[in-house]
Amino acid sequence: MVAAAFADFMQQVVSGLASGGVYAALALALVIIHRSTGVINFSQGEMATLCTYIAWTLTVNHGWSYWPAFVATVGFSFLFGVVTHRVVIRPVERGNVLRVVIVTIGLLIAINGFVVWQWSGEPQALASPFGTDTLDIGGVIVSVGDIGTIAVTIGIVILLWLLFQFTKVGLALRAAAVNPNEARLVGVRVTWMLALGWGLAAVLGAVAGMLTAPSVGLDPQMMQPILIYAFAAAILGGIDSPLGAVVGGLTLGVMLNLIGVYVDFVGAELKLPVALLVILVVLLVKPSGLFGRPEVKRV
Amino acid sequence: MNPNLTRVTGFVGFALLVVLVFLLPEWISTFRAQQFAYVGIYLIALLGLNILTGYTGQISLGHGAFMAIGGYTTALLMAGNEQFGQEGLLGIGGGMKDVWTIPIAGLVAGLFGLAFGLPALRLSGLYLALATFAIAVALPSVVKRFEEFSGGGSGVNLFGLPELTAGIIPVDIAGRELVFNDWLYYLCWSIALVLFGIAWLILRGRTGRAFRAVRDSETAAVSSGVSLAHYKTLAFGISAAYAGVAGSLFAIATTFVNPDTFPIALSIFLLVGVVVGGLGGLSGLVVGAIFIQFLPLWAQGEGVASRLPGFIVDRTKEPGAPAIIYGIVLILLMFFLPNGVGGLFRRAGQTLTRWRYSRSG
Amino acid sequence: MTTLLELDQVEAHYGPVQALRDVSLTVSEGEVVAVLGANGAGKTTTLRAISGTVSRSGSIELAGKQIRGGPEAAAKAGIAHVPEGRGTFVELSVTENLKLGAYTRRDRQVKEDIARMSEYFPWMVERGGQRAGTLSGGEQQMLALARALMGRPRLLLLDEPSLGLAPMIVREFFRIVRELNEKEGLTVLVVEQDARIALRSSSRAYVLEVGRVALTGTSEQLQGDESVRRSYLGY
Ligand SMILES: Nc1ncnc2c1ncn2[C@@H]1O[C@H](COP(=O)(O)OP(=O)(O)O)[C@@H](O)[C@H]1O
Ligand SMILES: [Mg+2]
Repeated sequence: MVAAAFADFMQQVVSGLASGGVYAALALALVIIHRSTGVINFSQGEMATLCTYIAWTLTVNHGWSYWPAFVATVGFSFLFGVVTHRVVIRPVERGNVLRVVIVTIGLLIAINGFVVWQWSGEPQALASPFGTDTLDIGGVIVSVGDIGTIAVTIGIVILLWLLFQFTKVGLALRAAAVNPNEARLVGVRVTWMLALGWGLAAVLGAVAGMLTAPSVGLDPQMMQPILIYAFAAAILGGIDSPLGAVVGGLTLGVMLNLIGVYVDFVGAELKLPVALLVILVVLLVKPSGLFGRPEVKRV
Repeated sequence: MNPNLTRVTGFVGFALLVVLVFLLPEWISTFRAQQFAYVGIYLIALLGLNILTGYTGQISLGHGAFMAIGGYTTALLMAGNEQFGQEGLLGIGGGMKDVWTIPIAGLVAGLFGLAFGLPALRLSGLYLALATFAIAVALPSVVKRFEEFSGGGSGVNLFGLPELTAGIIPVDIAGRELVFNDWLYYLCWSIALVLFGIAWLILRGRTGRAFRAVRDSETAAVSSGVSLAHYKTLAFGISAAYAGVAGSLFAIATTFVNPDTFPIALSIFLLVGVVVGGLGGLSGLVVGAIFIQFLPLWAQGEGVASRLPGFIVDRTKEPGAPAIIYGIVLILLMFFLPNGVGGLFRRAGQTLTRWRYSRSG
Repeated sequence: MTTLLELDQVEAHYGPVQALRDVSLTVSEGEVVAVLGANGAGKTTTLRAISGTVSRSGSIELAGKQIRGGPEAAAKAGIAHVPEGRGTFVELSVTENLKLGAYTRRDRQVKEDIARMSEYFPWMVERGGQRAGTLSGGEQQMLALARALMGRPRLLLLDEPSLGLAPMIVREFFRIVRELNEKEGLTVLVVEQDARIALRSSSRAYVLEVGRVALTGTSEQLQGDESVRRSYLGY
């Protein structure tokens, strides 16, 4: 009895980690852009959806298999992010941040429109690269898809961490984000670093989209709820903390799953409000999120 | 610019607006009058949001939620609900005339705003934006969950209720017979103009200065004796009250409320409207409100399509195209009007002054 | 002596505000030159004009070549600018700060150079992992200097290194600058409000007054002239 209940619980945790991994990837994208450009990119989800449609087109219309399409889409998304920054964001970067926020909202609307225009609003199916098998690990039944999703997110987070921590360009990216004026003085081309940050963020979004589509189905609105979860996860972890985004995403994924299943009163309807409420309470205790440093106010 | 002159141009501009508002229905169809009534409603919400975001510097991504509170207050006071029956909320409502519910809706939303402003004090910047966003995101599912109280997903219908001042039967106001749309237009704009004046009075005085001090530097505001807690909470309260009135009128205008009447997109469009109108100014907000109401319609219309190159024209009729146009226009506006329409007005005003001085001097 | 840096009739603006009007000065290879003047005289702006962080006009030549473009170009040309208020990356570690100093270099000796910094700053290497923001003010100023050296600059620009530091640390700082100049032939243009210490470490000096060069001469001359000292240098 107890063992069965435990196995059940673990199953919920694993599937929570899988969706949490997707939130974490998108939250990390938000954090990267917030660190460099100082805004929340509202179009992050739509950019991801667009990229996922590219992958879908490659697999369905051109007969590619999943992984080559995955790699090609990652490449496309990187360029897409870089170009978006150069063309749309850079012209408004100086001055009031709300201007940039509105531009990202404009992007959200335009990209969503483009996706509907190009691919219609019909839901599509993107095949899962991991199949639909399940594994039995000591009585805990987990789906291979979930394990795969977790593995890919962990892999991409580690790759990014290596990039930021151990390469020259990663160091320059961090320097440009924390202190652009000094970075220029040592010769870092800051605007290109910001564009690069947008490129990496777009890659993270595309990966999140390609991992999400097989389970929830591909449609133009696919990433909108996920963007909300990612936003919440990034804030929970601390909007400037990459580690916080990952922990926040995973926590939120598991929390949503467990609340939905174990708290009767909540059920499926109130999952989101309750999760947001929990985050608000966390914020009231730690106003800069779990891993964020308190803002230093200048007089 | 010379402050006296600013005040004079302000007065003249406002007087022109009042005249224009009251003459407009003579020139337009009642169908258009309804659309302009919504402009008035958005203007009220934008005035409130600008007090919070433009003047006090606190970003809200959830003003749609305060509109929802206002809208539901009005709906429940008029129609009652299952739980309390026709007795209505606390025995007051269910059967209240629509116009009387408007101030109550403002008050209720304002109280919610004050209550929310208190915990929000601990948050700043994006964290506050998330908190407000969270409320707007969560509200629809909360409303659906508490069905007996709120009517759940199917909402509250006001259509045909005797509590509506004007309905299918026209209403007689000061000797003039007004059909529903015209009545709605005058109702919304009378309230909008009064609230415009009140906002102007609030912002030009001590309170307005304190709000701006909070925005420009919280630390400096504290050291110059402005109580942060007091003014931030107050800004939330006033702003939410404006949104509540707007929501109440919205419910009367659509004669219906349900959770989807106030979607998260509404909150985001309000922010767009404030930025397009110009943060920290009032005059541009009228254009911001027009923008929210008419740009989506314009983007769908034939007007845009006919100006595009031939090979695209056909495809602009496909779904998605209006959204592309809308998004691009929004981005271009931010490129070319960095300070919104209000900034444009200010520049025009300055040019005018210079021109006057150079002629007289 | 060959001329390394030459400014000819340089002007600079912050929006509508003109901060420099007609500044001309030269620095020869291997020299330490000081720029002095009261608060707001345009000392910082002079350095900014050289490193391209303010919009400017007139001619600025490094070793006979015009310097154009922003600070990235200046860094590439071999100009290291230690700005006012230290300008370290407080969120990054000491070693990362040093690595960033070598950002424009393409050679493979960056690691050796980091190790060599212990010659001048013995504490620095073993505390390489520490966040720069947790260093003391004096240590941060030393780190800013070390970071500038990591670029193997042809010209070092120092902006008020003494600001907010204890006299003993200021003396140590200028001792290191002199040593670098004597041993490695480093060319330095240093801005200071503290004229006394700057004149002791430099061979020549310029005095700025409201965006113009009011006075120039060897440091000995300026130090020796009572009236100059009183009216311009304030000691
Ligand atoms: N960022 C700025 N914006 C506008 N004016 C500035 C700015 N920085 C400096 N100034 C003005 O330029 C002049 C020279 O300043 P600066 O070069 O910093 O002087 P110093 O370093 O000698 O104290 C001063 O009048 C100052 O007010
Ligand atoms: Mg200075």
